[in-house]
Amino acid sequence: MDFFDILTSAAFWAAAIRIASPLIFATLGELICERAGVLNLGIEGIMVAGAFAGWIAVYMGLPLWGGVAVAFLTGMGFGLLHGTLSVPFGLSQHVVGIGLTLLATSLTFYTYRVVLPEVSSPPKIEAFQPFEIPLLSDIPLLGPALFSQTPLTYAAFIMAALVAFVLYRTPLGLAVRAAGESPSAVAAQGLSVTAIRMGAVIVGSGFMAVGGAFLTLSAFDSFFFDMVNGRGWICIALVVFGAWKPGKAVLGAILFAAFDALQIRLQQTTIGAVVPYQLFLMMPYLLSILALVLMSRRAEVPAALMVPFNKGER
Amino acid sequence: MSQKAQAQTVLRLSNITKRFGALTANDDVSFDLKRGEVIALLGENGAGKTTLMNIIFGQYTADTGAVEVFGQELPPGNPHAALDAGVGMVHQHFTLAGNLTVWENIVLGSQRLRSLRLDSKAAKAKIAGLAKRFHLVVDPEAKVGRLTVGERQRVEILKALYREARILILDEPTAVLTPQESDALFATLREAVGQGLSVVFISHKLHEVMAIADRTLVLRHGKLVAERAIGDTSREELAALMVGGKVSPPKIDAMPAGPALMRLTGVSTKGEGRAPGLQTVNLTLHAGQITGLAGVSGNGQKALSDLISGLVQPSAGGFEIAGAEVADWSPRRALSRGIGRIPEDRHHTGTIADFDLTENAVLETYAKDFARHGWMNWADAKARAESLIATYDVRCPGPDTRIRLLSGGNMQKLILGRVLETAPRIILANQPVRGLDIGAVNYVHGRLAEAREKGAAVLLISEDLDEIMTLSDVIHVISEGRLSPGFVRGTMRAEDLGQWMAGAGFAEAAHAS
Repeated sequence: MDFFDILTSAAFWAAAIRIASPLIFATLGELICERAGVLNLGIEGIMVAGAFAGWIAVYMGLPLWGGVAVAFLTGMGFGLLHGTLSVPFGLSQHVVGIGLTLLATSLTFYTYRVVLPEVSSPPKIEAFQPFEIPLLSDIPLLGPALFSQTPLTYAAFIMAALVAFVLYRTPLGLAVRAAGESPSAVAAQGLSVTAIRMGAVIVGSGFMAVGGAFLTLSAFDSFFFDMVNGRGWICIALVVFGAWKPGKAVLGAILFAAFDALQIRLQQTTIGAVVPYQLFLMMPYLLSILALVLMSRRAEVPAALMVPFNKGER
Repeated sequence: MSQKAQAQTVLRLSNITKRFGALTANDDVSFDLKRGEVIALLGENGAGKTTLMNIIFGQYTADTGAVEVFGQELPPGNPHAALDAGVGMVHQHFTLAGNLTVWENIVLGSQRLRSLRLDSKAAKAKIAGLAKRFHLVVDPEAKVGRLTVGERQRVEILKALYREARILILDEPTAVLTPQESDALFATLREAVGQGLSVVFISHKLHEVMAIADRTLVLRHGKLVAERAIGDTSREELAALMVGGKVSPPKIDAMPAGPALMRLTGVSTKGEGRAPGLQTVNLTLHAGQITGLAGVSGNGQKALSDLISGLVQPSAGGFEIAGAEVADWSPRRALSRGIGRIPEDRHHTGTIADFDLTENAVLETYAKDFARHGWMNWADAKARAESLIATYDVRCPGPDTRIRLLSGGNMQKLILGRVLETAPRIILANQPVRGLDIGAVNYVHGRLAEAREKGAAVLLISEDLDEIMTLSDVIHVISEGRLSPGFVRGTMRAEDLGQWMAGAGFAEAAHAS
């Protein structure tokens, strides 16, 4: 199988879209937080917690969408903690975020051991199955790539459209964007910067947790330690890559996922036989860095990102 | 004006008192504002003007007293209520989001957050209507970050008008504007007042107050000390009321020029972006003289001050200090050759905002005078800061205060002290009194005059012709990087200098030489 065949195969693009889905959820979550002015480095831990919470809820008997809801609520809980420390208390967003990642990860592993003390390998659940959208899935190449995915993947794209709509087409979205640009402008219009930022961090963290839950409920059917494996950090880079815009961030997620899908397939080609596989593993990250350098130079960072807002201080 | 006396009272403040710890920022202040009236609120920095306005707007809560708008008492500490009641405020430091467009900034907060649709069409139509009615030209689709300061202020005013403001509070609106932009602002305000708007205008520029206000209130140390109809007062009286005593600008007595301390012969420098560089400039600074540099900002003042500070090298021409040719020019060499610098931007270039007064006081000399074997001697540095605070009347809680908490005037006094303590031979004073109140202005001018008498050569760069003509022994005009010949004190009228500033005269001068 050579390079061109890979790029024109529906299976390759289907895989890229599947790999992109959790990234899309979590990137949107991070984007919402950063647009309001809060860098949420808790993302990696929140994804771990979301992956576990969604999975264990389904394992305990909830329906799959119930698992997604539990993950979302779990994320919102961690978001509440992050928001409380970083917004009204104005603590360093770096420290709060990294602390939250450590806390959420460890708490997840602890809970896992408490709930399932005796298992040696994690039990499986009945995960989301691909749902072929009638008519659309019959389109050659595009059909199998885009319209034969699991419902949670469709949800990721719907959410991206929804987030873009709210950010750019509603008064609430305008307030969120202004809170990340100039909190004093928001306060001068009689709105509460604290409420807007807290809301954004809580909802954004919920999205991150759903991104994690995609791994256990849709991509795989079980929970493993290290399953999130740095995806949270990738999403932070994707937000920059997307210049804080939902549409571009989704494209970035698909691009990264495509590199990831490509490297797996390249390992199985004739070049893969001679080149050490670690080089292929490195490829998506290397190309992401390159893309980041090229794409994000002129991006406009939210001006008040990581700047705590204290009413009345000059 | 007589019908205004019977006009409706739109705003009434009764017995407002506000304390911050031991400081009483507002002490029992009461006044009324009528429909279609412009009140100027005068006072020195720290007199409590901004605090009072923030109380009206609900950003601060008064300890006692009440604010009534159109006969209704405002709930304290609630900007939303103030906006709804028709109070709009244009803050001194704009509250705009640079990455958002003009219309987005204006609409922000005016629609309910729960509503599902941002009605941009209706909003833009309303903005266009207001812009036309009040002659506030600005492109609604432009990003605010790309606008000039004057345009941003128009956006701020549009924002208030969009929220149906009937009372407009402007906090030092002209502090950052060029004279032309200020004139445009005043035209807009007159238009708005003609349509029934009432305005409270905070300023310490007396000529503006005389030009725009119907009535003026003078605040001093938080107290309302005087109220005057503009027809019944004068600039001199208002100045005296503000500072609580007679104001006397420093006297500059004629004295013979000393030896040339700095000489530029045919110096050119490279421009920076849109800012022009110097073009074959001839300039001599003499000991015991103040040389004034007049000109509209952005005409090469920065190039000249960067050259003298050591930030740029001349690309052509001769550059001598005290008779010796300068080579390998750098800020550190400039310091060691006895050049004292009062930079244009005291907040960004002159000081480090989050450093305390001690650290800022020794910024230029720490390595030479306050360190031994590479270790800082903080006790000496602190003693120096304390002596500057005492000698130069810097009002602050102490040398450990972060300098960002000081008012502009006090910050400038510290910078002035830092420069003068090193007994510089040449003093570069770039816009040394911009944004300062009368008391501080006279203080800074007095100290510069004193340095002149002691034999320093002072280069005074300013956009304010009054300032230049009062202080300077010799005046040069700069325009597009070209320097006019020097005009000795008393030989030039303001109109003639204005001609040179507009660029006339240079061609003939070039032709004649």
